Amino acid sequence: MSMWEYANPRRFMGWTRPVLPWSFALAGLCLTVGLIWGFFFTPDDFRQGSTVKIIYLHVPAALMAINAWIMMLVASLIWVIRRHHVSALAARAAAPVGVVFTLIALFTGGIWGQPMWGTYWAWDPRLTSFLILFLFYLGYIALWEAIEDPDTAADLTSVLCMVGSVFAILSRYAVLFWNQGLHQGASLSLDKEENISDVFWFPLLVCIAGFVLLFIALVLMRTRTEIRARRIRALQARARRA
Amino acid sequence: MIALLLRDLRLAFRAGGGFGLGLAFFLIVVVLVPFGVGPETELLSRIAPGILWVASLLAALLSLDRIFALDFEDGSLSLLATSPLPMEGAAMMKALAHWITTGLPLTLAAPALGFLLSLAPEAYAYLLVSLLLGTPALSMIGTFGAALTVGIRRGGLLLSLLVLPLYVPTLIFGAEAVRRGADGLDPTGALMLMAGITAGCFALLPFATAAVLRINLR
Repeated sequence: MSMWEYANPRRFMGWTRPVLPWSFALAGLCLTVGLIWGFFFTPDDFRQGSTVKIIYLHVPAALMAINAWIMMLVASLIWVIRRHHVSALAARAAAPVGVVFTLIALFTGGIWGQPMWGTYWAWDPRLTSFLILFLFYLGYIALWEAIEDPDTAADLTSVLCMVGSVFAILSRYAVLFWNQGLHQGASLSLDKEENISDVFWFPLLVCIAGFVLLFIALVLMRTRTEIRARRIRALQARARRA
Repeated sequence: MIALLLRDLRLAFRAGGGFGLGLAFFLIVVVLVPFGVGPETELLSRIAPGILWVASLLAALLSLDRIFALDFEDGSLSLLATSPLPMEGAAMMKALAHWITTGLPLTLAAPALGFLLSLAPEAYAYLLVSLLLGTPALSMIGTFGAALTVGIRRGGLLLSLLVLPLYVPTLIFGAEAVRRGADGLDPTGALMLMAGITAGCFALLPFATAAVLRINLR
């Protein structure tokens, strides 16, 4: 009994069925508690006023936008090395979720930036690399859609994901060279002393947990849909031959 | 490998090969910019490095889908795959042929067009060097993109969507080197980083390109 057996499509459908409603429920709970706590029961920042509260959407979305790409990279590697179909489908399923998180991060950042920096958009390294990440997601999804044969599509998108990861990291540091930005440094980390204060930190943690759970739930749901779509296609092909 | 390179060059230079098309496109884009932003010399000379780099990037993009499409259609790509030449070598030669037919002429033409955009006189040398160092990377990345989309009908637009984000680091360092040269700053850092990107692309991307070609020929 190895962990790879869970990647068998039938087993995957089996164990995700009970997990799915729980992950959705937990995600909903965490997001409701985190957002309400963050929006209504934390004090305003003394310089930023109540605009600081957008952090509860912005930071988790940005975090998950990057993590979604990393998850796609891992899934692509698993597909290339061990050829588990569920893995390729999970990578495909994660891409649109990642796009939406990227857009949420960009939009909430713009909404916060207008009163704080006086502009919705600046060509700041962090903002720019998020825009580039957005373009990478678009190209990845477009390549999936363009190729008809599912195995070829899975192979090609995996290679694109790997090459794209290298270039995404490269772009991240290239834009640092190109422009010094407005965006503040990381406001949370595990090892640094100067975190944001606990009042904001705990609801933020709950929100991050909510976004992680939401991502897991959405990806599981979309992967299940992809598996079902592929089963339907196989059945149709069989019916046509009969 | 040399024979493959010479064949590709001959195909490109002779009738219908589309040689010079990229060059003409480069010229048109650069000529159109002053109509768009107005003829003030100071403004033009300030944006000239960026315009020249973006225009040469677009011109290189224009001829990318020709790299593999014709060979794929008439089956010579399958012959290449069965030949003793490794696919990695073939991919690298294809990129080199693309560079000689587009990147090199663009590099040589760029100073003349820089004159049209009243580029600062100190920047000409850096423009030449940065294009010379950077356009091979554009060709190699583009060859990878062309290999990805070779099996797709009308993949040209998809090709640009895939390739343009990959061009970002090269563009940043290239334009930055010329800009620093024009401002009298030291552009060595940008040039060296760009040379690093080019070297890295030629070291690694042939493997990715060959893998992708094998998948597409399956």
